[in-house]
Amino acid sequence: MDLVVDNLAVARGGLTVLEGVSFSVEPGQALILRGPNGVGKTTLLRTLAGLQPAVAGSISAPPESLTYAAHADGLKAVLTVEENLQFWAAIHGVGGVTDAMAQMNLTDLRARRAANLSAGQKRRLGLARLLVTGRAIWVLDEPTVSLDTASVALFAGVVRAHLGAGGMVLIATHIDLGLTEAAVLDLGPFKAKAPVATGGGFDEAFT
Amino acid sequence: MNALLIRDLRLAFRAGGGFGLGLAFFLLVAVLVPLGVGPEPATLAKIAPGILWVGALLACLLSLDRIFALDFEDGSLDLLATSPIPLEGVVAVKALAHWLVTGLPLTLCAPMLGVLLNLPGPGYLWLVVSLAAGTPALSVIGAFGAALTVGIKRGGLLLSLLVLPLYVPTLIFGAEVVKRGATGAEALVPLLLLAGITAGAVALLPFAAAAALRVNLR
Repeated sequence: MDLVVDNLAVARGGLTVLEGVSFSVEPGQALILRGPNGVGKTTLLRTLAGLQPAVAGSISAPPESLTYAAHADGLKAVLTVEENLQFWAAIHGVGGVTDAMAQMNLTDLRARRAANLSAGQKRRLGLARLLVTGRAIWVLDEPTVSLDTASVALFAGVVRAHLGAGGMVLIATHIDLGLTEAAVLDLGPFKAKAPVATGGGFDEAFT
Repeated sequence: MNALLIRDLRLAFRAGGGFGLGLAFFLLVAVLVPLGVGPEPATLAKIAPGILWVGALLACLLSLDRIFALDFEDGSLDLLATSPIPLEGVVAVKALAHWLVTGLPLTLCAPMLGVLLNLPGPGYLWLVVSLAAGTPALSVIGAFGAALTVGIKRGGLLLSLLVLPLYVPTLIFGAEVVKRGATGAEALVPLLLLAGITAGAVALLPFAAAAALRVNLR
């Protein structure tokens, strides 16, 4: 099943930031999204993940086939590395916690509380969560923040393994992951011409 | 669902999780009120049902903003919203966890605090029954309020203002049950009304709270 995005427009704070975004990703492919700060990369990814409605256009994949990794890792400081992963594995009804820890080089830290991890270790734990969701499409927002070179390479290997297993990956990043086979999409040309306020409705009171 | 309940309970009981905060507040109210109003047994017996219910209600209110705010701040709420569990289920489980951590201990400890307030003998059973029937409504209504204010920094004040009017019917009927029970009068009618409010809140508010969360997560 391909991920086909057709003529998508997304809005942030009631203003359309991107419009006419079209791309498709096949199983085993990665797509890297680039663009200057504020162009709407995160908004686009949140729309794909189903966290906010699209202004226009269509997304072929249901939100249930995607998993989203944001700037915040969703870790609980008082739970250990293993407990954090076990929770997300149980929520998604899949196993593989030990394997996920091994792949992200967290096995030695399994009994340590997330509060006592370094920023890079927290990030590795947040990314290890992707492995216990059992979902085919990974939507990653700046996944390499606070990772060192070795960890970036480690994560690139994990992404490659996921692609090899028929998964799909969308990455918004400024750092080269070394994924030479990945397609690159520059979001600059899709910037909304003149920001127009989207239609009213009572939702406006909450935005 | 079970995993979420277990995680929330685990978080509440570990250091800094907030378990015991409501209970300590309830204890303080029950200890301080006799010191404030004087030791006349007749006066205390008269105000005991109301004070115990107001104390339990305010103790519940203390920890409401934690229901969703912590998960919102660390990004877990986004991830839960995209997880296979429906958001309505997330709200229901989190409200249940809140009740197990605040409402249930308050219900179990209330008889001991009733002694401090010289609650008349027949009232103890009604106190426990009314709190058991009423505090679930406090947690569910609170979860709804917390969902409405989740994105707001220091939304505690707004949350209290939103939730307090919704707590009023529960308070009126809950205190009425204890007041009537303590004097030996017929207390079944207010108890049934109290249980009705709880049943209605438990059935409807998770849907309203999930809708509010979806809007706030955009």
